[in-house]
Amino acid sequence: MKKTAKSNLAIKLVSLVSTFAIIQLLIYLDIINDYLQATLATICINIILAVSLNLITGFTGQFSLGHAGFMSIGAYTCALITLRNPTIPGFILGVLSGAVAAALVGAIVGLPTLRLRGDYLAIATLGMSEIIRIVFLNLDEITNGAAGLQDIPQFTNWMWLFIYTTGTVLIISNFIKSSHGRACISIREDEIAAEAMGISSTKYKVTAFTIGAFFAGIAGALYASTFNFIDPKIFGFSKSIDVLVIVVLGGLGSISGSIIAAVLLGIITTYLQAFANIQMILYSVLLIIIMIFRPQGLMGSKEISLSVFSKLGDSLKSKKGRV
Amino acid sequence: MPILSVKKLTKSFGGLMAVSNVNMEINKGELVGLIGPNGAGKTTVFNLLTGIYEPSSGTVTFDSNGVKKDIQGLKPHAISKIGLARTFQNIRLFKDLTVIDNVRIAMHQNVKYGLISSFLHLPSYSREEALLTEKSLELLKILKLGHKKDELAKNLPYGEQRHLEIARALATKPALLLLDEPAAGMNPAETSQLTELISWIRKEFDLTILLIEHDMSLVMKICERIYVLDYGTVIAEGTPEEIKNNKRVIEAYLGEDLNNAGD
Repeated sequence: MKKTAKSNLAIKLVSLVSTFAIIQLLIYLDIINDYLQATLATICINIILAVSLNLITGFTGQFSLGHAGFMSIGAYTCALITLRNPTIPGFILGVLSGAVAAALVGAIVGLPTLRLRGDYLAIATLGMSEIIRIVFLNLDEITNGAAGLQDIPQFTNWMWLFIYTTGTVLIISNFIKSSHGRACISIREDEIAAEAMGISSTKYKVTAFTIGAFFAGIAGALYASTFNFIDPKIFGFSKSIDVLVIVVLGGLGSISGSIIAAVLLGIITTYLQAFANIQMILYSVLLIIIMIFRPQGLMGSKEISLSVFSKLGDSLKSKKGRV
Repeated sequence: MPILSVKKLTKSFGGLMAVSNVNMEINKGELVGLIGPNGAGKTTVFNLLTGIYEPSSGTVTFDSNGVKKDIQGLKPHAISKIGLARTFQNIRLFKDLTVIDNVRIAMHQNVKYGLISSFLHLPSYSREEALLTEKSLELLKILKLGHKKDELAKNLPYGEQRHLEIARALATKPALLLLDEPAAGMNPAETSQLTELISWIRKEFDLTILLIEHDMSLVMKICERIYVLDYGTVIAEGTPEEIKNNKRVIEAYLGEDLNNAGD
């Protein structure tokens, strides 16, 4: 038993390192050019956003439309810090402060709004996100208002994206597999039963909301540092919807689903650029088709794990045996 | 020594008095039944005791290890932590989770490792999770569900779902267990098995039990005392023998005598 756990860990490590190395090599060989690198960054940022929203909406069952708000807090905090301190330590400090600031706002907003349920909560979080956007729009002195912040130092490269993305995925999937994570899932399953079994629903809703906001803050910070320009328009209502689309498409309650959907949509958007004038129509049609044939999302609530591959291997072997 | 004393418990929904002036006392180690016709307010009493509803007035005092505490108006999770657990009449399992996860969730209140440990899966995580799994499995085996631990709760047959509800309630380590119609939908053979199970877990876990039940064979067989509720008020209290012969109880169940009604 211990041996398989160790070998699983080894396989995971090897696959992570080789993913990193292969893409690094492709960047070095310029097969992934500057344009594709921007796509790569968007995919990584979307993975962080989708996985963190999945914790709130897919696992804890709280319908939130406020993810763009948390993202903008991370983006502005990181931008303001790196503009004054354009060094690597400044960048690390910027990302972490952005995440902590977003988490703080998440906790403060979560306490009163998480009493609401379903669509009421969605509207409240949407309102919160708009308030954050308007505040950034009107804090002219600090955020430069509607004109936005330009020339944000660019520190984000594949290495940083990789570290933050895998870190987010590992931490959130570890959390889901813990007793605290199960407490969150029990609220989604049946809040009254969860309370009767000693789970404080308020505590765990706010916990999930805060963790989700923390990682949305990281995503925002990476965004600012990748595209070196931010303004309040970027973090509007439609950004929250974009993230929600990835989560629903991948499957509510599936982390691997969110990752697959983020990668898939990133690639599709890039290739649809060729049909610029009907791009959004094709994108929407594609979403409608997927939702008709897989209403539960690409992965449902299942996860891809190493055991899936070993099962696949076993079934292949048994097929060969029969032949 | 009463483990639970309920005084003048009242709950009104708008103009409707669902429960009014209910007084109840349950001693440590007793097995007490709560019966009454449909709509008498039995489940409402359970919901008031477990904090799902807030009483309009009245007090509920719970004695946990000699410390008396008023629990009316507390949140359900706080009441669960004090040592009061329940099952639900309309089964409320975590349907899409595995059988063992249902039990592990109920054990969460005793988990000591923190958030950081859950993010990074530190040694305290592995140690406590292993212990948690082991204890959950023990409990499942007691309720004959050990072989189904990885099954989804919704795929269990009805009788086993009822057993899982009891396992989950026991996992919270209660001193007082409230069972809401545990035999509902069971056939006579299953009911008699359940009757034995209830007596057995009561001894094994040193429990006090209050149960709502319509199946009189079960109630009369195992309850030491019975409260009868009708239209939200207690109309009788006593041993099964006393209740069987109580005129008001018979009236509540069968209606008034026609001759009397004519007067």
